[in-house]
Amino acid sequence: MKYSSQMVAKPYFIFALVLLAGEILFGLTMSVQYLYGDFLFPALPFNVLRMVHVNLLIVLLLFGFMGSTYYLIPEEAERELWSPLLAKITFWVFLVAGVLTILGYLFVPYAELTKLTMNDLWPTMGREFLEQPTITKIGIVLVVLSYLLNVTMTVIKGRKTTISIILLTGLFGLAFFFLFAFYFSDNMIMDKFMWWFVVHLWVEATWELILGALLAFVLVKLTGVDREHIDKWLYLIIAMTLIAGLAGTGHHFFYMGAPGYWLWIGSIASAAEPIPFFLMILFAFNMVKNRRIQDDNKIALTWAKGTAVVGFLGAGVWGFMHTLAPVNFYTHGTQLTAAHGHLSFFGAYVMIIFTMISYAMPILRGRPHGNCEKAQKVELTSFWLMVIGMIGLTLALTVAGVMQIEMQRLPDSAHAMAFMDAQDKISTVYLVRSLFGLMTFSGLIVYFYSFFVKEDKAVA
Amino acid sequence: MQKSVTLKEPYPPGDFAIWLVIYVELITFGLMFLGYAYSRHADVALFNKSQLMLNQTSGFIDTLILITGSYFIVKAVNLVKTAKGKQMIVEANQKASKWMLASVLFGCLFLLNKILEFSDIFGQGISLDTNKFFMFYLLLTMFHFMHVTLGTIILFSIFRRTKASAYSAEDSRGIETGAVYWHLVDVLWIVLFPLIYIIR
Repeated sequence: MKYSSQMVAKPYFIFALVLLAGEILFGLTMSVQYLYGDFLFPALPFNVLRMVHVNLLIVLLLFGFMGSTYYLIPEEAERELWSPLLAKITFWVFLVAGVLTILGYLFVPYAELTKLTMNDLWPTMGREFLEQPTITKIGIVLVVLSYLLNVTMTVIKGRKTTISIILLTGLFGLAFFFLFAFYFSDNMIMDKFMWWFVVHLWVEATWELILGALLAFVLVKLTGVDREHIDKWLYLIIAMTLIAGLAGTGHHFFYMGAPGYWLWIGSIASAAEPIPFFLMILFAFNMVKNRRIQDDNKIALTWAKGTAVVGFLGAGVWGFMHTLAPVNFYTHGTQLTAAHGHLSFFGAYVMIIFTMISYAMPILRGRPHGNCEKAQKVELTSFWLMVIGMIGLTLALTVAGVMQIEMQRLPDSAHAMAFMDAQDKISTVYLVRSLFGLMTFSGLIVYFYSFFVKEDKAVA
Repeated sequence: MQKSVTLKEPYPPGDFAIWLVIYVELITFGLMFLGYAYSRHADVALFNKSQLMLNQTSGFIDTLILITGSYFIVKAVNLVKTAKGKQMIVEANQKASKWMLASVLFGCLFLLNKILEFSDIFGQGISLDTNKFFMFYLLLTMFHFMHVTLGTIILFSIFRRTKASAYSAEDSRGIETGAVYWHLVDVLWIVLFPLIYIIR
């Protein structure tokens, strides 16, 4: 560790992993509810679990991005963080706000929560992913602003690199697009537009910049390839991400009351969206092939390559499967969407955070050359358990989605099967999905265990 | 065993990254052209009727402007690619800068002509919503317009570099990269113009 202020990243990483464990556990519980509808009812109904499941995902990724940034920025800027104290305060404020909100979801009926948090003064609640009470949303804005201030001041006062500039661009984009969450329209179509400006422009535009910058940072450190070379790749990836990602918002405007030209704009732009993800694979493997140093932290490199590949599969391939308007007409809102959502979030964002943690945590724990070989082997097992678990889960959800389409969407309304009847027919596939979910969770447990594997004294 | 090594000119010219961009652009525009052809096939009468409302002369002038601009860039590239030795490099770059300035002006001329065409179209109350022909016309020409805007900015930055005598026979990658991008913009228009404005 070059700068002592990088240490502030540690609690962010740890809490992100704790939230991930919670997220998977809630996901597993829901998968059981797909098989036994009244499991844990009425204590934990499906709608509450789902809300917690997706909100935890967002919060864990934000914690992960923040930890990664606090680790990365001092090294890139070649100076200590502008205010480590502010980073520590931000952590605790965000943690308390996050935990209180999740507890609110779990123990207070949602309608009651809206009253308790005075949603009617400034209504923003009740929309998927953006269920947080308005007060929490304001808290998120304050936390993100203080984080941005800290990072920006560090960059301004220090060395400016392509990686830090692109990361900052992504972070400013993240902050800016979240502001659309505060606009609540009575017009459902307008509301959907605003909602997608947050959701899509986060995950398919600005977050991809963050992903690109973090991946490039780890590759610079682990391969020793010239920055000039890495920067060129990064610019190319980012340019394509922004062009395809911004215009690709159109694929969310199909059949929702928006003008028909979105069918064309959305379809064509989203056909280009897998390209930056494919470039990321070429980027990662090319850098590894041309590496100038042989870093002992091999597992971090495995995660880096893994995130490029699984990100491409989840976001690129599974996304493209149903972004063409004529296909989306039949697939929209089926388990195919869930399949894409799971693999893309895992591949592109959860795995880049694993990459950062696997690279940075050993250094933060006083092991500059990475964990010992034994710990890395354990971590490799966890890598495969999680990756195979998530791909299996995605394949199961894909089969479920195709069955839904076949039974409910393709037949005319007189012959289409009722929703619950179709769910019964899919139950075996849901069981398979649960088993793969369990495999993913076991992978995470093994990952946690890898932190406690001690160096073999005889070898050391 | 002895290996024979042949020294070749770097191929393709320009930075490899620009070729990736070009492939992506060709695929994207190709999809839009196919979409146009498919939609036209479904309603030939509407497309033919709407096409008559376009200003073909303006489109033809656009074509001439772009091709002439491309010619200027080729002249500039050829000048710097043969420049060796300090004195020759400075002279070649100074001459090339004049060609580059001309190409930038032609780029601006294209943009101006297009703005006039768009204002005429919008003045007639035509929008993306009017019908499928005008949806494609506006999407394709505006998307192309954005490319010309970017291309003109790139040409301007190359112009400034030629003023600083930055290119030579040994280092002509930057100017070639810009030239290749401009030719892409050119080629796209050469397909777009007959397809949208002429073919009935």
